Amino acid sequence: MIEIRWHGRGGQGAKTGALFLAEAAIKEGKYSQGFPEYGPERMGAPMKGFTRIDDQPIKVHCDVASPQVVIVLDPTLLDAVDVGEGLKEDGILLVNTTQDPGWVREKLHITGRKIYTVDATGISIQEIGRAIPNTPMIGAFIRTTGLLKPETIYEDIRRKFGKKFDERVTEGNIRAIKRAYEEVKEE
Amino acid sequence: MGKIVALTGNDAAGTAMVQIKPDVVAAFPITPQTELMHKFADAVADGEVDTEFVLVESEHSAMSAAVGAAAAGARVMTATSANGFALMWEIVYIAASNRLPIVMTLVNRALSAPINIHCDHSDSMGGRDAGWIQIHSENSQEVYDNLIQGVKIAENKDVLLPVMVTSDGFILSHTLERMEILDEEDVHRFVGEYKPAHTLLDVDHPVTFGPLDLPDYYFEHKRQQVLAMEEARRVILEVGKEFEKLSGRGYGFLEEYQMEGAERAIVALGSTAGTVKQVVDALRERGERVGLIKLRVFRPFPKEELLEALREVKVVAIFDRSHSFGSFGGPLFTEVRSVLYGSDISVEVLNYIYGLGGRNISLEEIEGVFSDLQGVIERGGVKERINYLGVRE
Repeated sequence: MIEIRWHGRGGQGAKTGALFLAEAAIKEGKYSQGFPEYGPERMGAPMKGFTRIDDQPIKVHCDVASPQVVIVLDPTLLDAVDVGEGLKEDGILLVNTTQDPGWVREKLHITGRKIYTVDATGISIQEIGRAIPNTPMIGAFIRTTGLLKPETIYEDIRRKFGKKFDERVTEGNIRAIKRAYEEVKEE
Repeated sequence: MGKIVALTGNDAAGTAMVQIKPDVVAAFPITPQTELMHKFADAVADGEVDTEFVLVESEHSAMSAAVGAAAAGARVMTATSANGFALMWEIVYIAASNRLPIVMTLVNRALSAPINIHCDHSDSMGGRDAGWIQIHSENSQEVYDNLIQGVKIAENKDVLLPVMVTSDGFILSHTLERMEILDEEDVHRFVGEYKPAHTLLDVDHPVTFGPLDLPDYYFEHKRQQVLAMEEARRVILEVGKEFEKLSGRGYGFLEEYQMEGAERAIVALGSTAGTVKQVVDALRERGERVGLIKLRVFRPFPKEELLEALREVKVVAIFDRSHSFGSFGGPLFTEVRSVLYGSDISVEVLNYIYGLGGRNISLEEIEGVFSDLQGVIERGGVKERINYLGVRE
């Protein structure tokens, strides 16, 4: 079972991202859970989301204590919360920042583990017209973990966004995912 | 054939309601139940169901409207949580005593004060003596399955009691999971058309609901409620078997998980049962003889089935996600120990109060309980009968 923890600020889509990944995994025939951590959440406050993905039915309903993947939607959270808490030795830390992974490693004093960065905010402003980092981060996630097929994500975006938004928004989101997939930086 | 979908516990309950298509739904929003009614209200607004959806000003009114509609002969559903359930209180008893087969999802949440929106079972346990059948759910799938079965159990002419189906607040209600939903026609066929024998609107056969009932007859009516609850035992099993034919998922009073040859066991309700299963799997791989008894039906309490499941067990931990202040242990513990007393089964029984106000219960903590139980076997005695798991002291 792969466990993923999302760190974001209220309004950045950590919950939406966590549930989106879960739904995409289920579409691919996997078992999955997606859930947020509910607290006194408000716009801008640090919050968390969680996704579990497995090929077997998932029985547990407890908190995620030691994730395989941590996704950080806002670089300012690196100064505010311990984003590396419980991250597995062979885990992945994926951060939305304009900096390189080495900068994150030095800043957080992380040893081992793989660190990736991508400018998800910049990409989303350019492609979607708004700072919505969660969509591009999904692109970086599928690239760095190889867990889900990009096509599943695109289909899901088209199906979901197609009902609410015009085609420019939908295609902008898909371009943002594709770009993050290509532009994610490794050490 | 069913369909694999990704739904939260609230959406699962809402979907079950849309497929059941009750005649009347009356509800008032309260976290974490609110999204469930959003889902159902959407279906009403979109014309997917022709349910009379009554938006009331409080939960007391919600249950009152449900009682009125059910007495008039309608198939009625509602949902609430915690303080909302507490505000219904007076009418919760009246629903059962009038033998009205209302089906309600109780999205479990801690009772105030202090204000807490997260899961524990103090709300459903508070209602344990109200005369409702109480069915607990481990995951979204079971929330959905239990609601569909609940309608059929409640409306059985030998039962005619309200049914409460629980869903752990946030842990299930707001967690998206993989599950299977049935075809709507299959759900319709399964629950069938509701044809109540006695209704207020059947003017050719006039009846009275809830009149003054003094010492001359009140006791007899209460005795009949007891008998209806006893009849429910048979019906719950029949409906569970019939549901298995439809869905492939069978249901009884409890689920015995890895209980074959188990010396140590945990008895748990709701979503925690799933987390315990994970620990049982890991310990079984190491050759430890541990198991889980997941209690699905709390009312009527499955005495015989539980005794049978505990027959070979040496020591058992009862998990209570609520407390009864001043009592000797939590509500589930008290109940289990009571049915064991005077039976021919000798098993040490420990109580673990956990998870109040949504406090997480970890795999390590559950493993720790199994080692406590091993300690009891090795020492041959119990140190602490009532334990608090995961609390700072």
